[in-house]
Amino acid sequence: MSKLNIKSGLVEMAHGSGGRVSAVLIEELFVRHLGNELLSQGNDASAFEVPAGRMVISTDAHVVSPLFFPGGDIGSLSVHGTINDVVTSGAKPLCLSASFILEEGFPLAELEKIVLSMAEASSLAGVPIATGDTKVVERGKGDGVFISTTGIGLVPAGIHISGDRAEPGDAIISSGYIGDHGIAILSSRQGLEFGTQIQSDSAALHELVADMVEAVPDIHCLRDPTRGGLATTLNELCKQSSVGMQIREVDIAVRAEVRGACELLGLDPLYIANEGKMVCICSQKDADKLISVMQGHPLGRDATIIGEVVVDERQLVVMQTSFGGQRVVDWLAGEQLPRIC
Amino acid sequence: MKYVDEFRDGDKARRLAGRIHNEINPDRQYRFMEFCGGHTHAIFRFGVHDLMPENLKFVHGPGCPVCVLPAGRIETAIQLAESEDVILCTYADLMRVPAGKGDSLNRAKARGSDIRMIYSVTDALSLARENPARQVVFFAIGFETTTPPTAAAIRIARSEGLNNFTVFCNHVLTPAAMHHILASGEARIDGILGPSHVSAIIGSFAYADCCRDYQTPLVIAGFEPLDVIQSTLMLVRQVNEGCFEVENQYSRAVSETGNRKAQALMAEIFEPRPTFEWRGLGSVPDSAVQIRPAYAAFDAEQRFSMQAAQTADIKGCICPAVLRGVSDPVDCKLFATACTPEEPKGACMVSSEGACAAYYSYGRHRAEMGKA
Amino acid sequence: MCLAVPARVDSLDSAASTAIVDLDGIRKEVSTLLLDEVTVGDYVLVHVGYALERIDPVEAAKTLLLFDELKGIEP
Repeated sequence: MSKLNIKSGLVEMAHGSGGRVSAVLIEELFVRHLGNELLSQGNDASAFEVPAGRMVISTDAHVVSPLFFPGGDIGSLSVHGTINDVVTSGAKPLCLSASFILEEGFPLAELEKIVLSMAEASSLAGVPIATGDTKVVERGKGDGVFISTTGIGLVPAGIHISGDRAEPGDAIISSGYIGDHGIAILSSRQGLEFGTQIQSDSAALHELVADMVEAVPDIHCLRDPTRGGLATTLNELCKQSSVGMQIREVDIAVRAEVRGACELLGLDPLYIANEGKMVCICSQKDADKLISVMQGHPLGRDATIIGEVVVDERQLVVMQTSFGGQRVVDWLAGEQLPRIC
Repeated sequence: MKYVDEFRDGDKARRLAGRIHNEINPDRQYRFMEFCGGHTHAIFRFGVHDLMPENLKFVHGPGCPVCVLPAGRIETAIQLAESEDVILCTYADLMRVPAGKGDSLNRAKARGSDIRMIYSVTDALSLARENPARQVVFFAIGFETTTPPTAAAIRIARSEGLNNFTVFCNHVLTPAAMHHILASGEARIDGILGPSHVSAIIGSFAYADCCRDYQTPLVIAGFEPLDVIQSTLMLVRQVNEGCFEVENQYSRAVSETGNRKAQALMAEIFEPRPTFEWRGLGSVPDSAVQIRPAYAAFDAEQRFSMQAAQTADIKGCICPAVLRGVSDPVDCKLFATACTPEEPKGACMVSSEGACAAYYSYGRHRAEMGKA
Repeated sequence: MCLAVPARVDSLDSAASTAIVDLDGIRKEVSTLLLDEVTVGDYVLVHVGYALERIDPVEAAKTLLLFDELKGIEP
């Protein structure tokens, strides 16, 4: 069987054909780096024991341009993103699946970097990739690499976290600085490049959430404010729970560089994506305890209470601005694009 | 952020607003047009109008480049992108602006045209260098602020012999639009908050005729909330004293004569266009520029056969009246029903500087928030 | 209209007529073709990748002083 030329080889249509060439790619790249007990069963379906209790499943398609960005790449992102979706239920993540859509002509060396990054993220998190698939599309029909990951998790007994549980009077907590991921991506996007120390906050939040759930089992809602940013996540929760929210701009952590980039490009940090943050809603009585637990974890060190849930049949998020006014924080309309006017 | 944060101090804003309350004449109405979308955006984003007396009203003006561009120009650009093998590039602001029949540059892109968003016109030059076998057309929009960079790009293209770069010029002129609005008198304006960054280029003298001819005071105002409030106070004082002068609150960036180098560059590349169609204002004489014959090789309208497209008005949309300061967005039957930022019918709902988008995003629920 | 932000000039490349400007840690290359003179440390207004005009620190201070004179007035 021929060896894979990782150093200078390119993805070819045959790599997705299901034949020998595919097998070599899978063996020398995916199994080699991602290998674990489940994957090495070598079957189309990986079998594992199911503990008793409630399970959750979540899936996420990862497309990002550029594929490599300050603080991460599509590989680690595809692991973190799905783990974070799974843990918004309070669950302990058990395993992931990963399916790759590769574009013909994509350098194998870059693919290896991505797979290594996935492997590292998955092993650090202790969440194995249990099954995978690879397809190749013709050159021009993909954007290098797309990765879909699905995660399965087990919800501890007695935990019922859901987006429809926000109640008037509840505290709204954000786990830290917002907008880092989106700004890191923009800073390396072609045509827009700017220099910054900002790194993507891409991280797996399962340990942070485990600590939170242990301290306060009655967390009402958890959600990771990815696309559309904090503003969109809060609006989603308002709609799902039929409530309104009052938030305070001064309590929302935004780095000076993120603010600077937003002013330069005409963007609003509230709508910029995050990949390592969690929004949490809980009873006012639990809020202080939760904050201190979160601040005790490196990924929640900058957690703050940013506002309260209120009765509002129009389901608005209203922000007290640091300027002293009030402003509706609406759903994101269209895309957040740099503007000139 | 230096020169930004100091001008966003809420306590000072309330004190300044207190001055306005003290000095305003309760027996009359004050209608001030903020010419620029930048001011509209600041007024809404920071809640400046919440601090103003009841009898002082901000009227929104036409200073939003994507709002005043007639749909026909966008259709012309779409036709070009669909009929010729060009890379059409433009600022992101323009991508979602409705052309006729629900079309937009975004939708043309989805249908397969090569339309790209750029941050700076220098990116269009880079595209032309990287794609020597293809024609790169820059769809240029904007007032005098955005015009000098386009002029600079054309000059660079000529010096580099970049023969595959052209500009579809839609640059417009602020004083002409101001004359047009004041001449009609229909907006009943008592004073104008003048442009910040346009004025940095053209200088404060450029508005002297307007103030004199229409006996209307104008204060060039920075875009930060304290700038807006202080300028409003200056307008109140002029109105109270019966003055109609050009005053310059934004003196940190605006001089009497403006940026001469940028003006010279614009004059080298561009010449006045006899007339130009504005969304809302109709045909306005001498209100835009076109590329001089000496630079015709870089004029997309000369290189390609571009057909002027006529687009019927959008039924029910009152953008034209909003842009003239005659109507408020909430007067429109389509507002927040058929016309939303997700599915804009009129141009003013697209840009976050458009009056309708500002009302929608920040002001839609003001009445319900306890302040009418 | 016309989003432009003040940023500090950190370095200049006079041959290319460009500058690297800094906005609270964000560094961006901009064209200085539209400016007659500019020196490192100046603040300039940045619009679509061009420096449009220098900010006059004396005038800025004067404007700020006007705000400070309002102390003592009830908000």
